[in-house]
Order: sequence, then C-alpha cells, then structure tokens
Amino acid sequence: MGNVLVITEHMKGEFQDISFEMLGQARKLSAGGSCCALVYGSMKDRSSELGAADRVLCVGGSDDFNPETYASAALQIIQSESPDLVLVGSTSMGIDLAPVLGVSLDLPVISYCSCIETSGDNFEFTSQLYSGKMDVKSTAPKAVAMVLAGSFSAEDGKSGGSASVENVTADFGAGRVQFKELIEPEAAEVDITQSDILVAVGRGIGGKDDIEVAQELAKNLNADLACSRPVVDAGWLPKSCQVGKSGLKVNPKVYIALGISGAPEHLEGMKDVSTIIAINTDKNAPIFDVAHYGMTEDLFDICEELEDSLS
Amino acid sequence: MLQIVFEGEEKHFYANKLDKVHMKVAVLLKQVPDLAEELEVDESGKALDTEYIKFRLNEYDEHALEEAVCLKESGQAAEIVAFALDGEEVDKALFSAMAKGADKAVKLTGTEVEGSRQAAALFAETLGMDYDLIMTGVQSVDDRDGMMGPMLSSMLKVPCVSVVTRVEGKGSSVTVHKEYFGGLMAAFDVQLPAVLGIQAARQTPRYAPVSKVRQVQQSAVIEEKSASGVSGSATSKVTTMAPPTKTGGAKILGSVDELMELLKEKGVA
Repeated sequence: MGNVLVITEHMKGEFQDISFEMLGQARKLSAGGSCCALVYGSMKDRSSELGAADRVLCVGGSDDFNPETYASAALQIIQSESPDLVLVGSTSMGIDLAPVLGVSLDLPVISYCSCIETSGDNFEFTSQLYSGKMDVKSTAPKAVAMVLAGSFSAEDGKSGGSASVENVTADFGAGRVQFKELIEPEAAEVDITQSDILVAVGRGIGGKDDIEVAQELAKNLNADLACSRPVVDAGWLPKSCQVGKSGLKVNPKVYIALGISGAPEHLEGMKDVSTIIAINTDKNAPIFDVAHYGMTEDLFDICEELEDSLS
Repeated sequence: MLQIVFEGEEKHFYANKLDKVHMKVAVLLKQVPDLAEELEVDESGKALDTEYIKFRLNEYDEHALEEAVCLKESGQAAEIVAFALDGEEVDKALFSAMAKGADKAVKLTGTEVEGSRQAAALFAETLGMDYDLIMTGVQSVDDRDGMMGPMLSSMLKVPCVSVVTRVEGKGSSVTVHKEYFGGLMAAFDVQLPAVLGIQAARQTPRYAPVSKVRQVQQSAVIEEKSASGVSGSATSKVTTMAPPTKTGGAKILGSVDELMELLKEKGVA
C-alpha cells in the first residue's frame, strides 16, 4: 500500500501498451494509496483512456519524446508528489528516464522488472538478468522500477473509472538536447505483423548463406521469414524481419523459431503467439520456456528432413 | 574583418575542414559473464557463482568502442581513451581496446564496486569534465540497479541519449540517432559534453587479431588510476537469485514425423 506514479509512454498520438500495463499494476499496488499517471504534450486530450488512475497529471511540453525535457519535467512532478513507487517502461524511452530519475531523486532503480508485489512496508521486485537466465528478487521501500513490456495485463490498465485531470507546470531543462525529426523505417517488402505463419531464424542459423535453408522452409509452408536482432545487426536480413523489443511484435498462428535462444528482448515480440515451435540444440535455451513444442536436434538436419517430407 | 567567401566545390572542401572536430572521447567498458556458459547461483543464493565462468566484454560496450573508433577514423574524434573498472580479465579487454584503435587505456583500481550505480559514481569522480563525449553500451546483462550511462550523466549533470545507433560530430554538439521499435528512430542534436548509451555501431565491431593484441601488450601500458570510495546512495536489497521457474515448458517432439503431424494439425503443412 503506497502511492504509485506511472510515467506514460506514447508514440504518434497513441499511448503505448506498456502505459496500460503499468497502470493496471499500479492500481493494484497502490490499493489504499493513490495512483497517478504522468502525461506529456497533447496526450492530455486522451486522458480519459487512463481511467484506471486516480489522477492524471498533464505536464504539457512537446509530443516528441526528448530525454532531457521529459526527465526534467518528470523529476519536478515526482519531487512534489513524492510517490513511493515510480513505474517507467523498460523501453528505449524508459532507459533515458528511469536511471536519471533514480540518481536525481536518490531512489534505487530496479531494471528489467517482470513482477512487482508488496511485502510489508516494502515493494518486492523480480528482475530478469543475464538474458533471462536468472530471476533476481529485491526489496526496497521506495524505488523507480523499469517494467518489461508484457509483464502485466494491458486490459487491467484500461479498466473504467474516471481520473481527475490536472494541468501541472514543469521546467523542461536547459535545452541541451534538441529533437530534430522522426525517421521512419524503410518500407518493408513484407509486413510480418500481418503474417499467419512465421519461420524465424536466430544466430544459430550461422551465416547469411545458411538463411536459404529457412527461406526454403518458409516458401514450402507458405510462411514469411522473420528473425531475431543479431541476424539484422549482422546484415543477414533487413530490419523489417526483426521480431522483438526493438523490432516488431508479431501475432501469427504458428511461429517456428530456428536457432533462437529466446532472449527476453526477442520474447517480447512473440511470446503470446498461440503455437510456438522451437528448434535449438541448447536444451536450456530460454525459448523452450515459452515454446509449446520443441526439438533439440540440429536445425539444418530438421529442415532437410522437413524438406523431404513436404515435397 | 576579412570575410572569405567560397563558392561551389571550394566551399564544400573548406566547410569540411572547418567542421573537423576534435572531440576527446572516453569509452567505458565492462566485462560481463559469458552467457554461453551454464550459470549457477553461489552459496549465498543471491549472486552468480563466478568461480568457473568465463567473462567477455559487454557486447554493447563493444559497439560503443567501435562507434568511437569510427568517429576517430572519420576525423571527428581526436582521442579515444578506454576505461574499465579493475576486475576479471579487464587487462585483456583494455589491451584489446587499444589494438582496435583506442589511444590509451585506463584501469580504475582500489575500490570494490557493486552494481552499475557505484560504477557510475566511480566514473563520475574519475572522468569529471575531462571529456567531450562519454560513450558506453546502452545496457548490460547484469545492470540490475539501472543503466550506467544515464546514471553517470545525471551525476555529471550532462545530457544523455540512450539506444543510439549513429553518432556524428558537429563541433560543440553531436547528432545522434535513437532507436525506438520496429525500425522507427529519432534524430537529436546534443550539446557537448554528453553521455551516449550505444545500442549499435555504424558497422559490425571489428575484431582485434591476437597478434595485434600481443603487440599492444608489449608496447603499450594500461594507466592505473585509483578511485576513492563511493558514498552511499539508495539501493535495493537483493533477496534471492535463481533460474526462472519453468512454466510448463515445451513438449519435446521425438521426430520430424511428429513435427509434420503437428504442422498438418495446425493447418500449416
């Protein structure tokens, strides 16, 4: 029981799901106390969507995210509201805010939070470390927690109720960071967020030439090709194929993961898919925790055998 | 006052010369447990058992170093100094950094540091305002108590942009690209001095051949700086560390035939 403040995140005029996920959990954690949502720019016009909060605090400022101005405004609001817990997304924007706020407010920062509960006077946090290989639990009476997308239910945060909407003035800082422009991704050949079946490759595919094997399989299954971040970083497939935190969130009927270990950043993009089949020679790979079916044989052997069966 | 006006190609040539920037860049490196290893919890039940595991350079720090060296190679940075806190296999990482293009390497010794916040405080104390640009990886696999770069920037009271994929020197500022999701990015102009949390360098981090690293080990010296203790700051208390509880787990298929059956059942094959 305590006061919780959620820093909402938006893009192109829409609240991101993470905002609702955090709000839903904030509502539960603040039982007895109050739950506020901090809103930037013209998103104040969408405050009615944040009914799960008791109060919506609108600081104004630009619609375009700015690490300096957004942190500066949040700092002031938090200093005056003094919540026990501040929730920030474990996202690109969140990384610019949470650690900075933690230092400025002298509050502990909790990274990669997948679970938050109350335990007496403390909050108890679960952080995913070592690429999902370890869960670390920690406690603190007050903190800034960075919440992993998909940890809580967005539906809970969209629940009815009406929040009081307040305009608050804030100082946006020294103006040392200037937003210039948004850069849209290159038009994709295939929009994998609309695909019914995806064959996704990870580092385990080995190299650019080996992707052919997965491409063949995809063709035979009438599926689209997707991948994890390392494959894009290595230049083997375009960014538009990337599934995950800094890539795309996909929702096919079937997701076949070849040589993907299942780092949390990748899982963020596909863990809710209804049928996940994982092929990875590492039986301890985290992908097997979210996959419904799996095989630990070499993916090239499996693909070769599948080819024969399918043709 | 004599005003020189250049036209056409001449203008382009001299403009480039005038734009030549001389940023002094610090790159902050950290060794992290190699995730290819099997990880186990130690006796305390609260930390990794590090006795038998291998360490490697944080992959995002590799990118930070690569982007810094690219800045130097394109004439936008005058000097790159690699920093690391003393620890497991750190000397190797620093010599390797010099083999890849860092001009100097500094190891901070004398204090046991726990977590990224204390590391940030140590770097803040040591680096002060000596550098135009401080680059480090956007995050690491073990930064449970916050990302080091932004915390450092807050302590130094300088701006920070994280998840950066491109840096361009512009004299007293840098233009950076920050990555959001799905390929969406934003460009920002950042006044120096500043801290950048690097997500990806403009090219794949280069490899330093063992022979080159050996050469550097013979010819170069890692400077050592001792940093005094860090004063207490807000911390959370770790209660347990354990592998995540498996929630059901995948049904392991015994053969490709079984896989085919499944695919047919799902209407895929």
